[in-house]
Amino acid sequence: MNTESMWYIFINACLVNNFVLAYFLGICPFLGVSGKLDTASKMGAAVTFVMLISSMCAYGIHALLVAVNAPFLQLISYIVVIASTVQLVEMFIRKMSPALFRALGIFLPLITTNCAILGLALFQTNKGYDFLQSLVYALGAGAGFTLALVLMAGLREQLGFTEAPKVVRGTVITLLIAGILSLTFMGFSGLGN
Amino acid sequence: MNSKIQHSDLPDQSMDTFLKGLWKENPVFVQVLGMCPVLAVSNTAINALAMGLATAFVLLMSNVLVSSLRNFIPKQVRIASYILIIATFVTMTDYAIQAISVDLHKSLGAFISLIVVNCLILSRAEAFASKNTVGKSMLDALGMGFGFVIALFCLGAVREILGNGTLFNLRVFPEGFQAWIVMILPAGGFFTLAIWLLVFNLYKERKERHEH
Repeated sequence: MNTESMWYIFINACLVNNFVLAYFLGICPFLGVSGKLDTASKMGAAVTFVMLISSMCAYGIHALLVAVNAPFLQLISYIVVIASTVQLVEMFIRKMSPALFRALGIFLPLITTNCAILGLALFQTNKGYDFLQSLVYALGAGAGFTLALVLMAGLREQLGFTEAPKVVRGTVITLLIAGILSLTFMGFSGLGN
Repeated sequence: MNSKIQHSDLPDQSMDTFLKGLWKENPVFVQVLGMCPVLAVSNTAINALAMGLATAFVLLMSNVLVSSLRNFIPKQVRIASYILIIATFVTMTDYAIQAISVDLHKSLGAFISLIVVNCLILSRAEAFASKNTVGKSMLDALGMGFGFVIALFCLGAVREILGNGTLFNLRVFPEGFQAWIVMILPAGGFFTLAIWLLVFNLYKERKERHEH
């Protein structure tokens, strides 16, 4: 059993080992949906929600699989749970806000294949977190993902006003900025001990 | 993302099916798919190669199975079925790597399991294998798989040489070489990929200018 404090887990998941900038999880939406600040923050919220639900489910599934001694089913059952949660969120957003639904576009169903969510479920199992710790971990990871996405979107909105050379426009300059952001986040290492 | 997935249905183009994945539609440099493992485990050439081969294997097996089952899977549940097929092969690969080398398994960590959510594999299943014969899907998977391995190796080699002064643990630069630590840090992954993409863009631009 893991005895890390809640505060440590949160800071660790959110800043020190930021899922996007240190673990490279969830790069696809990070590069794809970070064009506009508004969309980015809502995407972050949707991902955080899916993370919370799937983290809870993953905790239960892990306990069940240990009980029936079938650890090889872990990956398959995690992905099924995540896929169904995403389906739920998709239906909810379509009903509540069709505009947001259009803005997120293909990236909404693609939350299923967002490595950050499956990665979260796997990491919390590997680290042996209990139920509450898992929840805090999911919250921290979600906050970190949203933070990275929002920072990136803010920078890219500014970038729209500059005249970057044609060859670096698009993915190249986004990756360069991501690299600099990642360097910045290294300044947080050692925090939360 | 900016993936331009096209494929021809002419029968005499099997070589093209294979080759397009290597260069013209390279999954990493052109389609920018499957970025997470590309950046995360490309800190050494060995890791990059192992990850690339594992992904290529899963891609090949899932493409073959998806295309042989393409007439039996109902349209509504196809994505879920593809993910289940992929997850099965990933679990197999995970256990196989653990059996072959515990060290390698440790250094790749959770990223082997995360092959499940590699967009490259799902996109090939959806865009190619579900519409083509087994043979063609196999060729497509081989081409894309090799393209992925090559791209990962390009990144891994650059990062290991600059960040550590070695390649496959063999010294490239003399002892006194001041390693660029930043290259093996996460930030180095972003920078290296950005520079490779920049090189590709420059090449493309120059070619276009020549044609005009």
